[in-house]
Amino acid sequence: MRLRHVVSSLDLTRDDYFRIFELADKFSNVKKLNYLSGKVVSLAFFEPSTRTAQSFHTAAIKLGADVIGFASEESISIAKGENLADTIRMLSNYSNCIVMRHKFDGAALFASEISDIPIINAGDGKHEHPTQALIDLYTIYKVFGEIDGRTFGLLGDLKYARTVNSLLRALTRFKPKKVFLISPSQLKVRREILDGLNYPVIETENPYDMIQDIDVLYVTRIQKERFVDEVEYEKVKESYVVDLKLVNMMKKDGIILHPLPRVTEIDRKVDKTTNAKYFYQASLAVPVRMALFYEVLGERKDD
Amino acid sequence: MISSSKRDELIVSKIRNGTVIDHIPAGRALAVLRILGIRGSEGYRVALVMNVESKKIGRKDIVKIEDRVIDEKEASLITLIAPSATINIIRDYVVTEKRHLEVPKQIRGLIKCPNPQCITNNDVEAESRFTTISIKPLKLKCEYCEIYITEDDVIRQIL
Repeated sequence: MRLRHVVSSLDLTRDDYFRIFELADKFSNVKKLNYLSGKVVSLAFFEPSTRTAQSFHTAAIKLGADVIGFASEESISIAKGENLADTIRMLSNYSNCIVMRHKFDGAALFASEISDIPIINAGDGKHEHPTQALIDLYTIYKVFGEIDGRTFGLLGDLKYARTVNSLLRALTRFKPKKVFLISPSQLKVRREILDGLNYPVIETENPYDMIQDIDVLYVTRIQKERFVDEVEYEKVKESYVVDLKLVNMMKKDGIILHPLPRVTEIDRKVDKTTNAKYFYQASLAVPVRMALFYEVLGERKDD
Repeated sequence: MISSSKRDELIVSKIRNGTVIDHIPAGRALAVLRILGIRGSEGYRVALVMNVESKKIGRKDIVKIEDRVIDEKEASLITLIAPSATINIIRDYVVTEKRHLEVPKQIRGLIKCPNPQCITNNDVEAESRFTTISIKPLKLKCEYCEIYITEDDVIRQIL
């Protein structure tokens, strides 16, 4: 079955995840393929982004697609007052798929209702970032050989981090042993996300209580730009720092992931430990996004 | 001795033509009038009974409006803040139609998403759309940003 829109992690089945992982394996280390030659990918980044936009761009080029698009609202007609719907209609005429980043929650779903061509959500406000969840899970799959049965610890801003929402939802397609949600009380996972989960979840504030049980520690930045109230941000901005003291208490084969960029939440001394896998995780972005493009746009016998 | 229901009936007289909204949860009658856009200067004869006894819901409000029919959009909004309400259409002093309201499974365009960052508050074409998660207590979920909203949020918008 061809994937249509990828707006939420929940748009992918367990089979979809594994098929994408296998394709990503195949696409690792390839220089260039022509699987998507003649196809055009639109990168519609209404909100600035460097690594996500670049990795999508590289993935499209490596599969032989042409790329059009923009990297900020200022560069397009939105700045002249054009609405999102009209921009999506225009890009639908020019391309075969739209990768979209937008500052408003729910923008990707709205775009998918307008668009005649597939929409891939590259982050919509504080809502979801499903392709990051694909990279996160692929990293775990590569390191451990499986995802089921692991104990996870998600640490930091669990309220506003869209990567957290998408990862938690993606995990509903697997069988995590337990997921610890570690955050200050002001930054707990939102109820609407928690309600849809189908595995054991424990909310807590202190990572030292369970760090020794965790296989995957997923760290997020506390994002200043998501806070309406700066006073609230000041209260929580440095709630957690993953330092050597914490890492030394982890399982020997436990891993630390981070969607990046990081600021102060992971001490740079941790980078050299064998637990630190966030740069490796970032290196997998291109093959995963190639796999996703191939799933969405590649030729199929059933086409 | 006059029974309590008789006593309530005596507070206001019957209307000839119009609508009687009964079984409104106590204290919500003013919100119902707000939904109907009735502020008093429109010229309708309106009767309001608040906090009377009800076998069905304990205490209730009743609104009677002469020569005014309620449309579907208004009825849907009333269900959100008064799911127990019934709408009786009166013609020549007789109830000709009795409607039991039901909270719709999906609510489109009637209420705003309270999340200022939701796309529905930021694109002229994006219409708000909520799914009903539960009726008692009322809980709706924005289909775009997925935020939950409660009865209090709905009332806050209406009042």
